[in-house]
Amino acid sequence: MEHAEEEVPRIGVFICHCGINIGGVVNVPEVVKYAMTLPNVVYSEDNLYTCSSEGLGKIKEGIGKYNLNRVIVASCTPRTHEPLFRATCEEAGVNKYLFEMANIREHCSWAHMHEPDKATEKAKDIVRMAVAKARLLKPQDELEIEVTPSALVIGGGISGMTSALCLADQGFKVYLVEKEPELGGMLRHLHKLYPTMLNASEGLNKIVGGVKPNKNIEVWTSAVVKQVKGFIGNFDVSVQRGNGETANFRVGTIIVATGADVFEPVGMYGYKKYDNVITQFKLEQLLKDSQLKKPERVVMIQCTGAREEKGRTYCSRICCMEALKNALLVKELYPETDVYILFRDLQTYGKDYEDWHRMAQDRGVKFIKYNLEKPPEVVAGHDGKLTIDVYHALLGEQVQIESDLVILSTPLVQHEDVKELSQILKVPLGPDGFFFEAHVKLRPIDFATDGIYVCGTAHSPKNMAESVSQALGVASRAAIPMAVKRLRTEAITAMVDESLCSGCGTCVKICPYGAIEKDEKGVARVTAVVCKGCGTCGASCPEKAITMRHFTDEQVVAQALAALGRAVA
Amino acid sequence: MKANQSVLVIGGGIAGIQASLDLANRGLKVYLVEKTPSIGGRMAQLDKTFPTMDCSICILAPKMIECFRQPNLTILTYSEVQEVSGSAGNFTVKILKKPRFINVEKCTGCGVCAQHCPVEVPNEFDMGIGVRKAIYVPFPQAVPLKYTIDEEHCLKCGLCQRMCQAEAVDLNQKPEVAHLNVDAIIVATGFELFDAQRRSEYGYGKYKNVLISLEFERLLSASGPTGGHLLRLSDGRIPKRIAFIQCVGSRSLKGGVSFCSSACCMYATKEAILIREHIPECEVYIFYNELKVFGKGYQDFVTGAQTHWGVKYIRALPGEVVQDSKTGDLTLWYEDTIENVTRSIEVDVVVLCPALIPRAANKEVGVILGLELDEHGFFKPKDPLFAPVDTNVLGVFICGYCQSPKDIPESVAEASAAAARAAEVIALSASKEVH
Repeated sequence: MEHAEEEVPRIGVFICHCGINIGGVVNVPEVVKYAMTLPNVVYSEDNLYTCSSEGLGKIKEGIGKYNLNRVIVASCTPRTHEPLFRATCEEAGVNKYLFEMANIREHCSWAHMHEPDKATEKAKDIVRMAVAKARLLKPQDELEIEVTPSALVIGGGISGMTSALCLADQGFKVYLVEKEPELGGMLRHLHKLYPTMLNASEGLNKIVGGVKPNKNIEVWTSAVVKQVKGFIGNFDVSVQRGNGETANFRVGTIIVATGADVFEPVGMYGYKKYDNVITQFKLEQLLKDSQLKKPERVVMIQCTGAREEKGRTYCSRICCMEALKNALLVKELYPETDVYILFRDLQTYGKDYEDWHRMAQDRGVKFIKYNLEKPPEVVAGHDGKLTIDVYHALLGEQVQIESDLVILSTPLVQHEDVKELSQILKVPLGPDGFFFEAHVKLRPIDFATDGIYVCGTAHSPKNMAESVSQALGVASRAAIPMAVKRLRTEAITAMVDESLCSGCGTCVKICPYGAIEKDEKGVARVTAVVCKGCGTCGASCPEKAITMRHFTDEQVVAQALAALGRAVA
Repeated sequence: MKANQSVLVIGGGIAGIQASLDLANRGLKVYLVEKTPSIGGRMAQLDKTFPTMDCSICILAPKMIECFRQPNLTILTYSEVQEVSGSAGNFTVKILKKPRFINVEKCTGCGVCAQHCPVEVPNEFDMGIGVRKAIYVPFPQAVPLKYTIDEEHCLKCGLCQRMCQAEAVDLNQKPEVAHLNVDAIIVATGFELFDAQRRSEYGYGKYKNVLISLEFERLLSASGPTGGHLLRLSDGRIPKRIAFIQCVGSRSLKGGVSFCSSACCMYATKEAILIREHIPECEVYIFYNELKVFGKGYQDFVTGAQTHWGVKYIRALPGEVVQDSKTGDLTLWYEDTIENVTRSIEVDVVVLCPALIPRAANKEVGVILGLELDEHGFFKPKDPLFAPVDTNVLGVFICGYCQSPKDIPESVAEASAAAARAAEVIALSASKEVH
């Protein structure tokens, strides 16, 4: 294809009537005649439907008959039809990047259906712009890369283990790296799991029992990821054990399942000042270890350190159900014990949790709504007891409760040490500290960087079932490139002119995909297989050292000049 | 022995689309069955999505088109699963393809037929507040972009047939039956809406300016019946005050459903912000009972609605909506549960947020596939904790709202989960160690 660059452009322009969608407004034969007058256009025709098999046949015929090396279709939107026309060009031996599409339907006939004469003129303008660009088009190649059929899973909690097992069962090799000496993560500290009330240890044993003997899973405990180089398909990973032992391996994909920590509410509601003020997480452990001595009255305070005005503004999602579950367990253990839950808005979402709220009410758990503006106060009372002074938002009055055990429901928070991992992987953290996905709505478990995925509480607070669901989800996402084995990469990528690059690093910082780094000479280097061709770097480069393939300045300027009616150079 | 391993996906909403794409993109053959003429589901009907305020169809359409283009994926729209037999690794599926009366090979989607069709009927896609022709595509971005003749309303005048230059109209088309052989099945049938007329005190169906949220969503949408102009349906007047009523039929033990739909607090917040964007001087009130802000970014979104957009949230039990028959204006009576007083407010429009409930048709799907349903009509997961997308039938998986209430991101992640489990079971059955 190299020689195409030297070739004199021979452009064919196929103009579509789209039934009467275009033809009913735009004088298509006139546009055909006009196209023939444009530089380097050697052939033009109109089609009732260029996208029909007949129309596609005409394109191929034209390429052969007139020796076309550039093809323009003036019709509808490239979003739906460009792949079809590109494929047709390829079938006829023309590189698909030598195809250009002009939208004279959405951008012309539909927008100006009551002004046919002006619409015809505009269609000519649009075709002229396409010709201006097509003359300067160059063939492009899509690289192919091989994908190593193995995955790195960072974090050996329920999410990481679930992902690892699912991938291993699909036949992929998995390296499961856990920083603690044992697998299990948060699950090791939990008592019973809602909604089934299964013992967490039972669930843990079952899944660990599946992971350990699995031949496809290599478990690295007491180990952390020290370095990751490369890109999707070929990440080179260095892992280090606490004892200094290191291992290097290559993986095709990476799953982040590092979980979360529980917020320590030091200084809030007398925590660490009074022994009988503990966290919900601590209560969970007391229940698990059968260490809870009978309290007379338990007061749980929800949203301790969560949904704040500043800082941890988010809702931690799981605390309300955690409180309801533990309230019921305390009631089961000690029916005479009073249990109060002081809440702001009870997050009993989904299928089952409203029923749990009703069940708790039926069993005598008392609920008091408080406001962010007037939070409860915990002060020392008589005989080592505490007094909780709370403004009851529904009764509109101040209420005092004497309690011998105050439970603070605190949110899940990101691990302190996760910033390092986010830098190693070049994946972002969001304003709440949790890992930030590619798109909140439609790419919830992908990172913007190809080949790296996130699941479980590393992504945001969630319960066991929700973590498992995401963990299975990433096992699908990560399996896709590994199953297809080879990836075709984007051809429209950024190119750096080393002689112009000043090494300022703006592009390195701004690239959303981590595709640019400074090389040993101190100039920017684009990893083409990671680049998505978004053009952000090109637009921000102060030295104009970056060019986008297929959207070069020369091509875009020629198009713009053609739009203004200026002659093309 | 089949040449390719394949999966049937039932339901062409966002969950079914995501599961299909995941499987097809990894090289499995996928049949995506959708009973309406286009894939897209509920998400296609939404104007924007919370909390990013992306245009819903703009982010969904590329995925729909990817389905259309993906060579491993066959979309069977206007089709329904009738019978399923066999077991994991070898299901036989009988599918009924309803007649569109259009030769889809020939139809180019140009729309000339609909321009000439003389019959106008309420448009399901616009929840009945707009109209379509008897020959129609449900919405401009439909996939496949092929017309369908609605047999019930077609006059058989033949005008479309005469106008179609592609000669695609075939009024003699008959229902067809297709048989498929698949290794696994994913069910993603989504949700339907609680009938808000059952809360007769709010006047839905009786008062023109009482809407349900999905109708309101269409009213906000640029592709909706008013072209995105927010007007009162009774008189075309620009509303000055709008009230939302949350939990219509949900979280209720009296003639509704006991569960929380999990999305309404947030979409009401989104719609409230959109109102303020459209008409800055329009006041917006959200009458809620318990604000659910549990998802990623939700609390910040609500805080923004309160502080930046001036949306007013009132914790209340709305009792009744009364219409002034001359003006069409509405009075909403409510008990403010913070101040413990009964009050009323005059508004121009009331938007009801009805419970999102499992589809009634899940019962039939359950019978066809042998799936257990819970007391609400959701498909039951094998184990809600550790096997959320597995069912009582090996090789049949569930995802999205038909599994339990959830929002779009959760449906997307869960769809990938169902795809993973389907692929896993296929891989294991190939190596004969299914568990």
